[in-house]
Amino acid sequence: MQTREPLVQSPNGAVELSNEEIARYSRHLIMPEVALDGQKKIKAAKVLTVGTGGLGSPLALYLAAAGVGTIGIVDFDVVDESNLQRQIIHGTSDVGRPKVESARDKIKDINPNVEVRVHEEALTSENALEIFADYDVIVDGTDNFPTRYLVNDACVLLGKPNVYGSIFRFEGQASVFWAEEGPCYRCLYPEPPPPGLVPSCAEGGVLGILPGAIGTIQATETVKLILGIGEPLIGRLMLYDALGMSFREMKLRKDPNCPICGENPTVTELIDYEEFCGIPQANAAEQANGVPEITVKELKGKLDGGEDINVLDVREPHEYEVANIGVKLVPLGELPRRLAEFDHNENFVIHCKTGGRSAKAVKLLQDAGFQNVYNLKGGITAWSEEIDPSVPKY
Amino acid sequence: MPKVKIPTPLRQYTGGESQVEVGGGTAGDALGNLATEYPDLKQHLYTGDGKLRSFVNVYKGDEDIRYLDGPDTEVADGDELSIIPSIAGGRCL
Repeated sequence: MQTREPLVQSPNGAVELSNEEIARYSRHLIMPEVALDGQKKIKAAKVLTVGTGGLGSPLALYLAAAGVGTIGIVDFDVVDESNLQRQIIHGTSDVGRPKVESARDKIKDINPNVEVRVHEEALTSENALEIFADYDVIVDGTDNFPTRYLVNDACVLLGKPNVYGSIFRFEGQASVFWAEEGPCYRCLYPEPPPPGLVPSCAEGGVLGILPGAIGTIQATETVKLILGIGEPLIGRLMLYDALGMSFREMKLRKDPNCPICGENPTVTELIDYEEFCGIPQANAAEQANGVPEITVKELKGKLDGGEDINVLDVREPHEYEVANIGVKLVPLGELPRRLAEFDHNENFVIHCKTGGRSAKAVKLLQDAGFQNVYNLKGGITAWSEEIDPSVPKY
Repeated sequence: MPKVKIPTPLRQYTGGESQVEVGGGTAGDALGNLATEYPDLKQHLYTGDGKLRSFVNVYKGDEDIRYLDGPDTEVADGDELSIIPSIAGGRCL
């Protein structure tokens, strides 16, 4: 039944299944592709899930149910209400708890036979190799570019497979990057996009069910690797479009010039991934181009004091519908052609959700000759937190 | 005319279209025409000096044009070009 070398060797007596486990895994045991020997391999396997968010949730739940003997979870985040729409390993009663604790409890509830190893810390260049070393497979369920390149490079350096999944809005990608047998993440994406070009909060969002589809593909690939059955996604990129309900498959090739897995690698140890992804540079540029700011408390004081200030909201209409503070809406994209609506000599405070888009709007108005324009620090989110809690936070 | 599949993150620059037909005998021409038709897309596909950005992967069918003839890869009527962007997750940076 095996189509390739299993990642986990037959444990031969070192791992046994109890009668409870035999009953639990009966639907696996009656399939010749898994059977008793395969279930023992799954039990002997050690899988690390990086992140217990949208992708990590279904992944960890299914791996636990399938009987993976050791599941490591890395996360330093705390469960937030806005996670519950997709991060199904966490429940309403978990809001405010560390994600690793909530995930551990849910895994243990589904399958007490699983040993859960909790790594409640951010994955960094300092700890990644040490954390990864104990595991057979690393599953990437992170949500940012620096960590993705870090996971990739650590896997390449250690010779471990990296089961990749990524999501955006209605679209997902999955693959298995394993430099020993095929391309790595850097062969596909040699460089990250500069921070300014990736879709911003305004354009972000994700269908809550989407990570379920991609996370279960990752879980499937993980179990296939452990057992050595089927055709893994090595050298293939699976693209899933939930709106079109279509899967497409692209060929991936190992890049001989890849800086880490190519013929003459230039990256031979973990680097500074924030730097590599241009994050500090972008932050510095943002500060250098700093626009004048005003806090929500200062604004409230000025408005209460009767000062003449035009407050503008530069978010999108669908966001305005969710929450607004009753001021004029001019979406950022429309602002350049609507400048004539405003008087250069008046005072302006611009707000968005958290301050990113409004900073761009302030810059735009300044460049157009407006003198007294301020960015509302923290946006409507800060207004909701510090001034008026009746304004919903989204 | 070849078809270009537009990924979700870039659809905001094509008026929401997920697939666009553009003229052009090569992948490079087709993308150039796409950027002319949707100018907002240009900075997301090309660097300031007019080169395709390294994090934008372009496929003809299921093959990366880097491993065909790059921008000179010939495309014919009905050929499908796909832009495969790098996406990190649901969160903004």
